[in-house]
Amino acid sequence: MKILVCVGNVPDTTTKVRFAEKNTKFDTNGVQWVINPWDELALTRALELKEDSSNPVVHVTVATVGRAGAEPTMRKALAIGADDAIRIDTDPEDSSFVAYQLAEVIKNEDYQLVLCGIESSDYNGAAVGGMLSEYLDLPSVSAVTGMTFEGADIILSREIDGGIEEVSLPAPFVAVVQKGIAKEPRIPAMRGIMMARKKPLKVVEVAEAETLTNMTEFEMPKPKPPCKMIEAENVAELVDLLQNEAKVL
Amino acid sequence: MNFNLSEEQNLIRESVRDFAEREITPVARELDEKAIFSNDLTKKMGDLGLFGMNIPDKYGGQGLDTLSYIIAVEEIARIDASQAATLAAHNSLGISPIYEFGTESQKMKYLPGLCTGDALWSFGLTEPGAGSDSRGTKTTARLDGGEWIINGSKTFITNGSASISKGCTVQTLTDNDTDNDNGKKSFTTILLESGTKGFKQVCMHGKMMWRASDTSELFFDDCRVPEENILGQVGQGSKIMLSTLDSGRLSIAAMGLGCARGAFELAMNYAQERKQFGRVISKFQINAFKLADMAMKIELATNLLYKACWLKDNEQAYAKEAAMSKLYCSEIAKEVVDEAVQLHGGYGLMKDYNVERFYRDQRILQIGEGTSEIQRLVISRLIGC
Repeated sequence: MKILVCVGNVPDTTTKVRFAEKNTKFDTNGVQWVINPWDELALTRALELKEDSSNPVVHVTVATVGRAGAEPTMRKALAIGADDAIRIDTDPEDSSFVAYQLAEVIKNEDYQLVLCGIESSDYNGAAVGGMLSEYLDLPSVSAVTGMTFEGADIILSREIDGGIEEVSLPAPFVAVVQKGIAKEPRIPAMRGIMMARKKPLKVVEVAEAETLTNMTEFEMPKPKPPCKMIEAENVAELVDLLQNEAKVL
Repeated sequence: MNFNLSEEQNLIRESVRDFAEREITPVARELDEKAIFSNDLTKKMGDLGLFGMNIPDKYGGQGLDTLSYIIAVEEIARIDASQAATLAAHNSLGISPIYEFGTESQKMKYLPGLCTGDALWSFGLTEPGAGSDSRGTKTTARLDGGEWIINGSKTFITNGSASISKGCTVQTLTDNDTDNDNGKKSFTTILLESGTKGFKQVCMHGKMMWRASDTSELFFDDCRVPEENILGQVGQGSKIMLSTLDSGRLSIAAMGLGCARGAFELAMNYAQERKQFGRVISKFQINAFKLADMAMKIELATNLLYKACWLKDNEQAYAKEAAMSKLYCSEIAKEVVDEAVQLHGGYGLMKDYNVERFYRDQRILQIGEGTSEIQRLVISRLIGC
């Protein structure tokens, strides 16, 4: 069985966000890029499944939609243990566009399992996984927090209100994974980093597709006003401020 | 000129940083407080591939360049000097001389095990009476019936007495013929395994710094080892020592740089949170300028050290730049940590704040593996004084 893990290249979560071109573009100057944390957990679980010899997984591929600047992220995925990588050479315009590009690559190969993180830590669209399964005409299960093999079937766990449900289904399908799918992401060892340079990283031409959305403007949240501390016994002042300044009473 | 690190070097930095923050940060303060050497962390550093980074795959190493290794030491030192000391000493002083001067069978016998993190090896040079004057070595070795007999003692030996310490490369005096015409002493290095009769390894306690690293005294009382345990040739001890120390200086410089970087980040974070007179203290010019100076020193230290590594990786002479790097990085570590404590005010004097540990740990860097005074001596000779 071959697994494909979709990997997003996102700004490090501590990045100070700035916009350019009249607030229509994210300013990428000085940004550190990392593997989308949800995708990184998906990759970790895929590798755990492959390493357990009682499972039928023999190969793990990672794929991304991105320019050459995304290659260090792909190289890290290879250093962690992915067998090969595919980069679709275009900017990830929007969720539908990304899902379409991934589908075009996946549909000609024999991946039985496609894993996606539930969302990306930059735009938090939470849309690619579902759209990808539509483009591939495959079933999908969302918010997956556990994945194990039982014979030919794969058992998926999902967190539901007050408990966990388990679903079982045969491959192929798309699993959209949530935190909990793996304990913590792996740190590539020096040997993995050395081996990664020899692993294949295939660059694929972009497929023709329409961009369905157009970014009109980004808006930063307004800075919060400073916190005012009022002595506990000074209730009158508190009420006055809530009424006349915050205007919430 | 190209100042960019390679994609691989960037990934090594990121990986070692993640490892240090995930595995070392949570335990560093307690290990320091209780002065515990951690076999567990040593093994984890081995699993990550931090031992034998510069030696080839066939001996269990990673075959990476010098700069990659230096970045790894710097990143561990950014979090904890003790673990960085274990790492730097084992690579530069334990593994490196065996790789550089060992026979093929010595390399195959010792190196694979030493690259795993399950075993450590030390370098025995310093003696109670031979510190800066390393040629004052009094430990002797003489051949007797196909065996070396070693007598004497060593002190301040990193990784010499931990439960996983498997042996020591001992610098010995093999021909103290100072009465002859040239008055030259002859030194020879010999591989001495733990467990050899008469070899006593004693952990040194009561250290101010590197409290979670293993520092030891070694005693040799008629230790007999096979003649083939000689490292290099008879009389080659000085050459082995000098070559090892040149390379070792880069490691200590990396520890200084990492220490300065770690302390700077602690200071910066604190100064941007701590409020006095209604403002965060980083906004006061006197503090902002302090932080600017600290950042500038770190930038200069980085450039000097990485250049020295670049020279070594490109097989050019690097002894002068290595000594300069060791001297400069260790001295700016002292200055940066001192200001970092100042910015923390009273809290910087408390063990609850990591900067207190950095303040103690930096002090050895101007002393160990050649004092600042000796570095100046080396540099002055290399510039032709």
